[in-house]
Amino acid sequence: MPMKAIAATILTLLLTHAAFATPADEAAKEGILLLGNGSEPHSLDPHINSSMNGHHVIMTLLEGLIAPSPTDDTIPLPGMAESWENEDFTKWTFKIRQNAKWSNGDPVTAHDFVYSFQRILSPRLGSQYAEMLFNLKNARAFNEGEISDFSEVGTKAIDNHTLTIELEGPIPYFLNILKHSSFFPVHKATVEKYGDMDDPTNNWIREEYVGNGPYVLKNWQMNQIIEVAKSPTYWDSKDVLLNGIKFFPIASENTEDQTFNSGNLHYTYTVPSDMIQVYQDRNDKTLHLDPFFGTYFYVLNNKVPPLDNPKVRQALSLAVNRNAIVRRITKGGQTPAEFFTPPGVAGYSPEPLVSFNPAKARELLAEAGYPNGEGFPTLTIKFNTLESHKAIAEAIQQMWKKILGIDVDIRNQEWKVYINSMQEGDFQIARYAWIGDYLHPDTFLRIMQSDSGQNDASYSNPEYDRLIAQSFIENSDEKRLELLAEAEKILLTDMPVIPIYHYTRVYRIDPRVKGWHSSPLDIRNYKGIYFEN
Amino acid sequence: MLRFFLIRLGQSIPTLLAIYTITFFMVRSAPGGPFSQERKVAPHIIEAQMEYYGFNDPVYVQYFRSLEQHLTFDFPPLTSYPGLTAGDIIGESFPVSLELGIWALLVALLFGIPTGVLAATKQNTAADYAPMSMAMLGICLPTFVIGPLLALFFGVWLGWFKVSGWFDLSDRILPALTLGLFYAAYVARLTRVGMLEVLGMDYVRTARAKGLPERIVVLKHALRGGVMPVVSFLGPALAGLVSGSFVVETIFQVPGLGRHFVQAALSRDHSLVLSTVLFYAALIILANVAVDAAQILLNPKLRKR
Repeated sequence: MPMKAIAATILTLLLTHAAFATPADEAAKEGILLLGNGSEPHSLDPHINSSMNGHHVIMTLLEGLIAPSPTDDTIPLPGMAESWENEDFTKWTFKIRQNAKWSNGDPVTAHDFVYSFQRILSPRLGSQYAEMLFNLKNARAFNEGEISDFSEVGTKAIDNHTLTIELEGPIPYFLNILKHSSFFPVHKATVEKYGDMDDPTNNWIREEYVGNGPYVLKNWQMNQIIEVAKSPTYWDSKDVLLNGIKFFPIASENTEDQTFNSGNLHYTYTVPSDMIQVYQDRNDKTLHLDPFFGTYFYVLNNKVPPLDNPKVRQALSLAVNRNAIVRRITKGGQTPAEFFTPPGVAGYSPEPLVSFNPAKARELLAEAGYPNGEGFPTLTIKFNTLESHKAIAEAIQQMWKKILGIDVDIRNQEWKVYINSMQEGDFQIARYAWIGDYLHPDTFLRIMQSDSGQNDASYSNPEYDRLIAQSFIENSDEKRLELLAEAEKILLTDMPVIPIYHYTRVYRIDPRVKGWHSSPLDIRNYKGIYFEN
Repeated sequence: MLRFFLIRLGQSIPTLLAIYTITFFMVRSAPGGPFSQERKVAPHIIEAQMEYYGFNDPVYVQYFRSLEQHLTFDFPPLTSYPGLTAGDIIGESFPVSLELGIWALLVALLFGIPTGVLAATKQNTAADYAPMSMAMLGICLPTFVIGPLLALFFGVWLGWFKVSGWFDLSDRILPALTLGLFYAAYVARLTRVGMLEVLGMDYVRTARAKGLPERIVVLKHALRGGVMPVVSFLGPALAGLVSGSFVVETIFQVPGLGRHFVQAALSRDHSLVLSTVLFYAALIILANVAVDAAQILLNPKLRKR
């Protein structure tokens, strides 16, 4: 074929393509949202799932007593419960709405909730999020098998539409905890049709997903697509603005980015870190960097000398230039940590005690007996194999060398090996991160309590534990936050962990999608999302 | 022929048993278990799960139970996908990998064999050097470079194909090209070598002497012997092609078996690791038997034995 003809053919194809509507255009017209969802969820059972990917889908299929607000993570909206009252934030009564229905038409009752709470707390189910319900009276004892009679646990169905929940102590923000999917109801008859209530491999989610949320499950192909469609039985279906949502579990960040670029997605789960700068330079309106309620930090093994010395820990922390790390390495708009708890909780203002101060760092290290780093043993930073963790570890290695004159090794481990090292205390310094379950500092501060299972640092300070414990019995949230701020001050003085930065959610979104708000917990009420037409 | 198959299949039994045993103990000796997570789970919860999945039983009990399950195709529930078994996973994802493998094989043969034949007949000319250099490039450029480039060009710039997913027939093209071109390069080089050897043989000279047109000599007489190296290469290649490529499946978001194969090990899903490894091993054995059979059919000398 002559060159001219080939060129002409290619040109024609290019031009005609420009005129075609992309799948994203067509879906927008039909009111169907195309979402990138990271990777394949391991389960869509609210009591089994432990991943964010699964959570995003479950939020469309089920609804708890309280629904998240489409605009603000701190506002509890009526969900299955139309009203509620409480005594001293300890005894709660919820009125289940009369028009609440399952997707098969059955009414949602208070009994469904009691059944679901019993299910997630059943020892045999082995739910990883059962501990979310440990605030309920006797729930922990039931989950740990100390009591076997569920009627002793603090929840009862007074009648079909009245549910009571009794807590171990007052929780002023209990309504916000209720938004978590571990409190979601499941349909008893469906669950039991496919197995025992406490059988972890009960496959009702794939056989027949009966839900009570704004959407119903329409199509689920592993590693391919999860499709949900507007539910006709949902009590508030008139306010459900999208006709459907398609979740694509695209595991590769680059593939997801190209899928978005080629007009096949409205929203990406993430953005490849080397592309963030490119889109920022281009002033690309699709790029969003939202605060995310999580902290990236280094755990110091407080049992291992010289890390058992608070001065050494402080010195290490003061010698970390967090600004440089977020500006040059992570580049996703992360904020350098000034606290352990990420900012964003109204009314909570601890002292910003985490800082970069080379002179002070050297001084403290000298006071600890290592002037200019002399005699300081070679420590090792462990992290799970990932390019970004490595870059941060290398940067910190350099900073400590330059500022403190100490040598550290860095060592990567495969994910499960690394988790194993952490659990067995086989580390000196290790990378870690924590994402809050609800928007309150206690979801961060409680992990550093002496008896917390997440406390890999083996940190223990009785005064810290006392303040946290006291905050749990305090009746007013204001007073609680004061106590927690005091506890955080102690934590940041002892510095058992080195906070590095607070996370952001980095994603791209089609500008036609409206009603999508920044959510620090990434818990979304899809009801309020629509397309601009 | 029947005896040949029976012997070969008989030989495969100890092989599979050895693979089963090695895999069983390797996956159990890897640090970290199926239930360990970044967010630590209470010990009593881990204990409940270990009990449920039978990991608390003595190792020999688990060894024979799992062996029996594999022999009877009655797979245990998976820890990484509660509610599913390895049978479900393989049943759902293998057809996808198989289809992709067949398309890729077609690409490999359709591009590879004609290129190799052409290069061999025009030895040491531009028609030889150009495609062989391309083939060298194809072997050197890994799929994770070619894949994204094809996706960028045909998917994002031209908009002809989708860059991810496995829904329409057109979604097969880019992954099949990516996977197939790599093998096409090998096939082309092997065909060229095989053809060069055969073209110098006496019977080819005889055919030419009879006055047969060159086209018939090459395609009918020489090709049959010339593709022998390709056929023996295809055995292992075929098993690799149809059992799924982790890289290609990840680049194009293809829901195939290759990703489960890798993911199972990462999530320490003992049962899924065992089942996918055994499945892959069985495929390789079958593919090799098939290749031996094909060689017997193509080469009369082997038939007598």
